Amino acid sequence: MSMKKFEGTSRYIATQDLQVAVNAAITLERPLLIKGEPGTGKTMLAHEIADALGLRIITWHIKSTTTAQHGLYEYDAVSRLRDSQLGESKVKDIANYIVPGKLWEAFTAEEPVVLLIDEIDKADIEFPNDLLLELDKMEFYVYETRSTVKAKRRPVVVITSNNEKELPDAFLRRCFFHYIRFPDKETMQQIVRVHYADLHETLLKEALEVFFQFREVQGLKKKPSTSELIDWIKLLMVENIPADYLAKVDLSKELPPLYGALLKNEQDIHAFERLRFMQRRV
Amino acid sequence: MFTDFFFILRDAGVPVSTKEFLAFLEGMNRRVIQPDVDEFYYLARTTLVKDERFFDPFDKAFAHYFQGAEKFAAAALKDIPEEWLKSSLESRFTAEEIAQIEAMGGLDELMKAFRERLEEQNEAHHGGNKWIGTGGKSPFGSGGAHPEGVRVGAQGERRGRAAKVWEQRQYQALAGDVTLNTRNIKMALKRLRLFTREGADEELDVDATVRETARNGAMFDVEMRPERKNRIKVLLFIDIGGSMSPYVRRCEQLFSSAKAEFRHLETFYFHNCIYEFLWREEHRYEGKIKTFELLHKYNRDYRVIVIGDAAMSPYELVQVGGSVDHFNDEPGLTWLGRIRETFPHSVWLNPEPEADWNYVESTRLIRTLFEQRMFPLTIDGLTSAMNLLRRRSAHRHTLLT
Repeated sequence: MSMKKFEGTSRYIATQDLQVAVNAAITLERPLLIKGEPGTGKTMLAHEIADALGLRIITWHIKSTTTAQHGLYEYDAVSRLRDSQLGESKVKDIANYIVPGKLWEAFTAEEPVVLLIDEIDKADIEFPNDLLLELDKMEFYVYETRSTVKAKRRPVVVITSNNEKELPDAFLRRCFFHYIRFPDKETMQQIVRVHYADLHETLLKEALEVFFQFREVQGLKKKPSTSELIDWIKLLMVENIPADYLAKVDLSKELPPLYGALLKNEQDIHAFERLRFMQRRV
Repeated sequence: MFTDFFFILRDAGVPVSTKEFLAFLEGMNRRVIQPDVDEFYYLARTTLVKDERFFDPFDKAFAHYFQGAEKFAAAALKDIPEEWLKSSLESRFTAEEIAQIEAMGGLDELMKAFRERLEEQNEAHHGGNKWIGTGGKSPFGSGGAHPEGVRVGAQGERRGRAAKVWEQRQYQALAGDVTLNTRNIKMALKRLRLFTREGADEELDVDATVRETARNGAMFDVEMRPERKNRIKVLLFIDIGGSMSPYVRRCEQLFSSAKAEFRHLETFYFHNCIYEFLWREEHRYEGKIKTFELLHKYNRDYRVIVIGDAAMSPYELVQVGGSVDHFNDEPGLTWLGRIRETFPHSVWLNPEPEADWNYVESTRLIRTLFEQRMFPLTIDGLTSAMNLLRRRSAHRHTLLT
């Protein structure tokens, strides 16, 4: 399968290591497992891959109650029972009551697609093991109709995890792996530029300065990440906060303006205030 | 090809399997990367390492194997097809430089000499004017002065990067020393589930539906029922006395990572033995809670897990004022007894080896008080403890040991 190479998009900055991982996974047809701090763009990556390669994306959001079977298909026995009460003729064919899941949809698509299995760690600890064969062979068996669903074109599979649960070894061995590291200043600058092309140079510089200092504050439960930065900068622009005001912000004395976009929980605001209090006493 | 690398990785503690190694070689064969050392490193990492905790050992092993660009050239380039080297060269020279090279006998001539010298040279080399290395006048190596030199390796000015990626060891902080696989521990904890049906009717009750439909003269009657959910509630008491320090962090991680499995999990800390109060924070200065308050606040449905080595001076258990920290009005054993009374579903997990328990007076006392419900902190011990805690009936139960 010859596909375009993934090199990031106009909206998404892909570092070289990420490009290598994505292209290797596409060429060698292995699922790509993406981990990283929350807010570093794991889910977005799958959408951008689809966009860059011009493919449709099928998203399977995983919840704590999701089972592997949900992704394959479900047999809607209730509808069939109801139809039989009403004397519908389609009740004779069980295939009418097989509801395809996301994997089925991805396998039977005429054109290659990107299949995103989002937040796989949310599911039960055994969940990834139940998908081994399906992802390896790209096929599964439907017991009710005694037929096999086989992928026409192998989808590009992207799997994200927030590390809430460890994934089984057998599953990991089948994937390629990429860890999205928190971007350095230079990459961050590019990322922000991609979102706000008309942002003033000095404002960007000062905002990043404050932001990276802010991340250094010890004891934060949730360090602000890329998505928080993007929101914050948007607010700064909307509120018209001047760059020289940001330059004067001293984090040991005050919270940055519009900090609500950066700190998402009360404990962190408290942690921050306690720290300032202690510094004042020194 | 690269077999040594595979074994060096395994020796470094990176769990690489043959399957993954073959995938990596497949990637090399199918040219998924540009002829570029950085890309080579990234491909190796994405195919061979599946957990960011192993990035740092991987970086170290990578550096060890290739020991900088020179060794890399010797090890890898020999096996790399010629057009790779060529395209690599072409991308690095300007048209002018290439013309110069042509004048000197052409690229093929240069490559031939390069290969010959690679074979002659066995060691890393710096300076000098013949061998491949850095800072010399030989046409091969990097940072050299020869006009049409071959730069070997990716060290240098491209994209403003100074050191090689794997030498920066950016993933050091992620490594930790967590080599223990917590997955199987979590599997044991998973046994601690108590499913009940409460709340809104969300799922189809097949049996009831069939029954009601039959009663209705085969007219369909859907019966719904609430979904099964884990209702287990856990109190965790962790001993943070000195002898426990090797275990504390791990125990905490273990349980907090399994938190998603429980409906409710609260952790309290004590020092050697439980007396009239416990701490909510590990640094025992904050969040004191009176033990009596705790006994009243949480009902007997709570599963109580005490983690401690139970090894202390017997006075700490049986003597008024026996505590090492403060003056206690009542002996420790009285308090432990109250906990055992209030929470019938309680167990003691002991990180010390089971064989030693009988030789420690205090361990024997506590074990008797807990009616033999003391288990070693191993997978088997954890599994038995969780099975015991799972029982619905709150009957006192003496185990045969």
